[in-house]
Amino acid sequence: MECVFGLVGKGFAIVVADTSAVHGILVHKTNEEKIMKLDSHKLIAASGEGGDRVQFSEYIHKNVALYQFRNGIPLTTSAAANFTRAELAAALRKLVGVVFVQNPYAVNILLAGYDNHTGPSLYYIDYLATLHKVDKAAFGYASYLSLSMMDTHYHAGMSLQEAIDLVDKCITEIRSRLVVAPPNFVMKIVDQHGARECAWRQSLPSASPTFC
Amino acid sequence: MSRRYDSRTTIFSPEGRLYQVEYAMEAIGNAGSAIGILSKDGVVLVGEKKVTSKLLQTSSSTEKMYKIDDHVACAVAGIMSDANILINTARVQAQRYTYAYQEPMPVEQLVQSLCDTKQGYTQFGGLRPFGVSFLFAGWEKNFGFQLYMSDPSGNYGGWKAGAIGANNQAAQSILKQDYKDDITREEAVQLALKVLSKTMDSTSLTSEKIELAEVFLSPSGKVKYEVCSPEALNKLLVKFGVTQPATDTA
Repeated sequence: MECVFGLVGKGFAIVVADTSAVHGILVHKTNEEKIMKLDSHKLIAASGEGGDRVQFSEYIHKNVALYQFRNGIPLTTSAAANFTRAELAAALRKLVGVVFVQNPYAVNILLAGYDNHTGPSLYYIDYLATLHKVDKAAFGYASYLSLSMMDTHYHAGMSLQEAIDLVDKCITEIRSRLVVAPPNFVMKIVDQHGARECAWRQSLPSASPTFC
Repeated sequence: MSRRYDSRTTIFSPEGRLYQVEYAMEAIGNAGSAIGILSKDGVVLVGEKKVTSKLLQTSSSTEKMYKIDDHVACAVAGIMSDANILINTARVQAQRYTYAYQEPMPVEQLVQSLCDTKQGYTQFGGLRPFGVSFLFAGWEKNFGFQLYMSDPSGNYGGWKAGAIGANNQAAQSILKQDYKDDITREEAVQLALKVLSKTMDSTSLTSEKIELAEVFLSPSGKVKYEVCSPEALNKLLVKFGVTQPATDTA
């Protein structure tokens, strides 16, 4: 029942993820951070199998950092998204000896970033290495409920308050219409000032949220 | 005494020198020269052609200049067959980057990657180094127009103006005197041709003996690499006074 969605506004991109770490019917914790700061101006929101999610996000994070150390310049959001997609694609058809072995990462990703010349952008990358540059996107059961909400209310160049209001509308839909809706959500934003946490929406107060 | 340490390419001499690398640079010192100049609005490359026989079938291919990717080109000096291998390697590296990142490879990263390859041949494998020096000219959105020079050791540097091949020291000293930071592309062409005419053996330049290429931005903002046609080159040579005009046009 993982919910990850995001949208691009005027000069910023916002991504929202639920914060439940679930194993079967057991909820391990309700303040799990699924949106990682990839570098100063990028966020990666990942949903999927627990081990793969963290493993893959960390792998991309370290490679993005290595690029910056090696070359003195950060990757653009587009380059980082394409690199991420390529890593997912490579794992789908790995040649081992004479046969192709599938070892896919079961992770869906929304990559949001801000570049100085091109502004904010959002990339949809699914576990089969589909890549789309989009204005709004959602993964998981959330997509059934939030995409139509966003289709109705989204317009290009939304202000931060308008975007947060739309996010709240989506969260309300998820809470009211999804049979096992996650109780808590975190919103993170990236704009010219960088990537940072924006707000939490908690219907179940948990221990103080962990910060990256 | 040093002869004892020549045959193995990947060991130091007692004085701390790598003889094979130095000998490779000697080989390049006998090859046709090439000069590169960085200007505000482009990079200019000129090269001295060594193969000037009338029997040579002229085609559209060049002897000294090669395009690595849409935004990077190079001039070579040294053993041509070695150069071909490295040019192909550079082309593959550039495409591999674009395949991964869907963006043109930053010029310095391309140069660095190729130089890492060259360095490998000075440290392991027991193979001789490549007998080629390069002048790389390119443009990318991070740092604009750039010029890099690399040699068989795998060292490279970013330059405002540089020369490789025969008489490169003489060429470099003239460039040091005459180069100015705000030089335009047209002035750079003139300077490059002037320096080449001073350092080449022949008395006058013709389009048969030299090549000229430029990396610049078109009005629409796209990077362009253009090799000057022989006709246009001849006109330039006459204009800058580095050649005698053909007697039958007098």
